[in-house]
Amino acid sequence: MTELPGDLLYTKDHEWLRHEDDGTVTVGITEHAATALGDLVYVELPEVGQDVESDGEMAVVESVKAASDVYAPITGSVVAVNDDLADDPEKINSEPYGEGWIVKLAPDDEIDESQLMSPDAYQQFLDELDD
Amino acid sequence: MSELIFEKSRSGRRAFAQAPFEAAPPAIPQQFLRNDKPRLPEASELQVVRHFTRLSQKNFSIDTQFYPLGSCTMKYNPRACNALALLPEFAGRHPLGPVSHGQGFLTCMYELQEMLREVTGMKGVSLTPMAGAQGELAGVAMIKAYHQARGDHERNEIIVPDAAHGTNPATANMCGCIVKEIPTGPDGDIEIAALKAVLSPRTAGIMLTNPSTLGVFERHIKDVADMVHAAGGLLYYDGANLNAILGKVRPGDMDFDVIHMNLHKTFSTPHGGGGPGSGAVGVNKRLLPFMPIPVVGRSEVEGKTVYDWLTEEDLPQSIGRLSGFMGNAGVLLRAYVYMRMIGRAGMERIAEYATLNANYLMARLRDAGFELAYPGRRASHEFIVTLKHEAKSVSLTAMDMAKALLDRNYHAPTTYFPLLVPECLLIEPTETESKETLDGFVAAMIDIVRAAKEDGADYKEAPYKMPVRRLDDVKAARQLDLAYRPE
Repeated sequence: MTELPGDLLYTKDHEWLRHEDDGTVTVGITEHAATALGDLVYVELPEVGQDVESDGEMAVVESVKAASDVYAPITGSVVAVNDDLADDPEKINSEPYGEGWIVKLAPDDEIDESQLMSPDAYQQFLDELDD
Repeated sequence: MSELIFEKSRSGRRAFAQAPFEAAPPAIPQQFLRNDKPRLPEASELQVVRHFTRLSQKNFSIDTQFYPLGSCTMKYNPRACNALALLPEFAGRHPLGPVSHGQGFLTCMYELQEMLREVTGMKGVSLTPMAGAQGELAGVAMIKAYHQARGDHERNEIIVPDAAHGTNPATANMCGCIVKEIPTGPDGDIEIAALKAVLSPRTAGIMLTNPSTLGVFERHIKDVADMVHAAGGLLYYDGANLNAILGKVRPGDMDFDVIHMNLHKTFSTPHGGGGPGSGAVGVNKRLLPFMPIPVVGRSEVEGKTVYDWLTEEDLPQSIGRLSGFMGNAGVLLRAYVYMRMIGRAGMERIAEYATLNANYLMARLRDAGFELAYPGRRASHEFIVTLKHEAKSVSLTAMDMAKALLDRNYHAPTTYFPLLVPECLLIEPTETESKETLDGFVAAMIDIVRAAKEDGADYKEAPYKMPVRRLDDVKAARQLDLAYRPE
């Protein structure tokens, strides 16, 4: 497993998010999640403009092994989705923190970062899962 | 891959030694007759014999290999069940023939309903659902119909544990319900606090498999039943793991309101090839009026016992007809013959040996150093081994183990299910395997790990000896193409 990018925040559901300069937030799933799911074959994306609620279902990722919900880490609305995933869902496996991003969200309010984990905290969370 | 029979075809080649005598062409008007030959393979008798014999030899099946595919109950299906279900009096019966001509068949079906009622502890049984998934659909549809009939229109939430078969939430969704997932505790039982938190006046019911998909018996089942009933919901029993409790525990006694049974799986029809199946449903008193039709009824007419189909007129509140006649009659007949052969005492032996074999296999693998997902629990008829350590230390994943076992002539256990256990193998030996077979399987598992650790054996490309090698799962999921198109 490669090192966790330092500029991201993480959730207990294995999503990552990145604050962009324009105030939006990019969201994807972590390498741990992508590896656990196995090779992805399908991604169901939300509509642009759709409202999402923190911890609510936002997208679905389906692998050769399982289908799994992706939860919204914050409350807000969808401003962009990664349409490339329709043809290349495996980008989530190969570049989970880059080309494999899933959505961009515009947060409704100030983001409550107390619910999110720093890279160190998430790494510790993963280590504990392994034991 | 071998040639298709179509690719062996040569125009004009025939196999006619066993063909019936030339019959007069049917009286079809000229304009409806085709001008060209239908696209069927043309081959000699020997070619056909060789082709299908070779195909059958490629089969990995219960007839040839140990098949511990967890959650699937791949046990031996006695040949007698098949032979008797194929008696010409059964097989040649026309479904539209008069009821008076089918009294033998209907007697078997009525008695099958009665035996299933007894073994599950339910009050009524309908044999009409044609597969497990349709039985599930019938079960949840009945729960919905019950609430609707009481004017309880708000109840549209179905609770499903996270270890459940994927069909459970899918069924609830198909019935227009909202799925509420609850977590499993570290010991494999449902988290009671989580259940309490989701129960509400919107609760329609809960779907449970007991023993669960984790291979353990849900110990708080009585509490779960009481809590769900107190909240106004009903309990649905997924019969996936019925083999483990036959003759020992009855879903009706655990206070379940409705149950589906995979007759093909528990009661002796070869399965795993996509059908035909049977998802008979059993109901308690509350749901009796809602059973899917037809059901076989019995009455006395002028001192004679007569069997008949019960229809909408007899069950006006029925959720409806799920199959044209009586589900898959052949599967039902096999189940009937099996139950009559096994008898009441035999039912108990099924559960005892299914459980004994699973616990023996589990203990041997544990002693050999494999990690169990629920080490503190006794296995039901199946159990889970996790290869998370082997995956990390020698890159031996559950999938690699599965493929390596194929090369050693064992069918792989179920892999990566249930989803909540990492790198898992779900192993179900069934009651029909000998101790020697189980020992052989343990030895193979041990040797696969040993070879990975000591010899650096690489299983990433396994299987090496099978007709097809490691398949491209992604391509198969995304670009599935099963159609043959000639050049």
